[in-house]
Amino acid sequence: MRDRLFIIIAGAVVGLLAVILVLSGNPANMGFCIACFIRDIAGGLGLHRAGVVQFLRPEIMGLVLGAFVTAMYVKEFKSTGGSSPVLRFILGMLMMAGALIFLGCPLRMVLRLAGGDWNALVALPGYVVGVWLGTLFLRRGYTLGRSQDQAPVSGFAAPFIALVLLILLVIAPAFIFFSEEGPGSMAAPLALTLGAGLLVGALAQRTRLCTMGAIRDLILFKDYHLFLGFAAIFVIALAGNLLTGQFLPGFPEQPVAHVDHTWNFLGMTVVGLAAVLAGGCPMRQLILSGEGQSDALITVFGMAGGAAFMHNFGLAGSPAGVSPAGQWIVIISLALLFIIGAGNIKMLASAGRKKHSKAS
Amino acid sequence: MPELVNCRGLSCPEPVLLARQALQEAGENEVEVVVSNAVARDNVARAAKGLGWNVTVEEEGEDFKLKITK
Repeated sequence: MRDRLFIIIAGAVVGLLAVILVLSGNPANMGFCIACFIRDIAGGLGLHRAGVVQFLRPEIMGLVLGAFVTAMYVKEFKSTGGSSPVLRFILGMLMMAGALIFLGCPLRMVLRLAGGDWNALVALPGYVVGVWLGTLFLRRGYTLGRSQDQAPVSGFAAPFIALVLLILLVIAPAFIFFSEEGPGSMAAPLALTLGAGLLVGALAQRTRLCTMGAIRDLILFKDYHLFLGFAAIFVIALAGNLLTGQFLPGFPEQPVAHVDHTWNFLGMTVVGLAAVLAGGCPMRQLILSGEGQSDALITVFGMAGGAAFMHNFGLAGSPAGVSPAGQWIVIISLALLFIIGAGNIKMLASAGRKKHSKAS
Repeated sequence: MPELVNCRGLSCPEPVLLARQALQEAGENEVEVVVSNAVARDNVARAAKGLGWNVTVEEEGEDFKLKITK
């Protein structure tokens, strides 16, 4: 019961902070968007040159560092890795590809919905279908294999990188890109964005909040524990938007969004399926990387690489819609996800259980 | 001997899937599950309790052993 209350509170805090961040300067319906913010960081580092989406978003560093400090404090920090890193990198890329077609990670999908952007209502069933497809692979024994314990220095990589990015943000050397217009130029003050990231990082570490797990556990186990957090994000963000006049219902002319229904739906199907196969939504990957899991950090790297790929080749969605090349990327992503899913069906259950009676 | 399910190095939901399967097939009234991270420990414990089993957790070095009994 206490656990349930805690995850509802965590979700509520995410929803509330999202509204506050938008009121304080973040782009509309983008209080938090893990995919967008990792894409902005990739742009800030010059990995892509889309001038309107370049900024070292402190929310991301806060999430990693908040999870890191909390994990250290509760003694859950553990350096692990080595579970199919290349496939995880690719899954990160594909997850980002889908998100940049829809223009948002699952978290922003919920926030867009809470802001009255009905395009997110089209994307949500697409996301659920993606997660459901992923559970079909899980039920057949899909696994990326066991991770191994690694030296602590490996687990410290994620918080170290987060710290370096924060330093680069503050000293702003000439080789770091900062958008002068567009969403990348809109940001709440540093203390607020970093503080929000740290707080949510800590809460998400403790509660295991995950926008994919919320749907997956409902489908697999009829377990609604994580879903309570997911729902709380929506309810509080909706209430906050209604109270502050930011709830503007409709399809057209929503902020950083387009009305290509097919591709909104399928883009989020890609994200849902990729998230199940990678074991966590974009936010969860950041939290796990802060806990010392280099497998999650590799996935985050894949997301940054995917963002660069999508923008360098003009594949990302935009308010004008999704280009034909972008549509092909969705189809190719789905095909690759099916190959990765099918290729890793290892009859987890029987193999894992038999192996142990010998090994022990 | 209770069945021992080795979930070391596996991330959720895989330990939960394995543990649930073992519990559903358990001939004995005891199943032991070894996991290597706190998330799996908590999730397996919650799943087992949800199925009406009792759970006790022991630390085993860096791993956790869950004794699940009915």
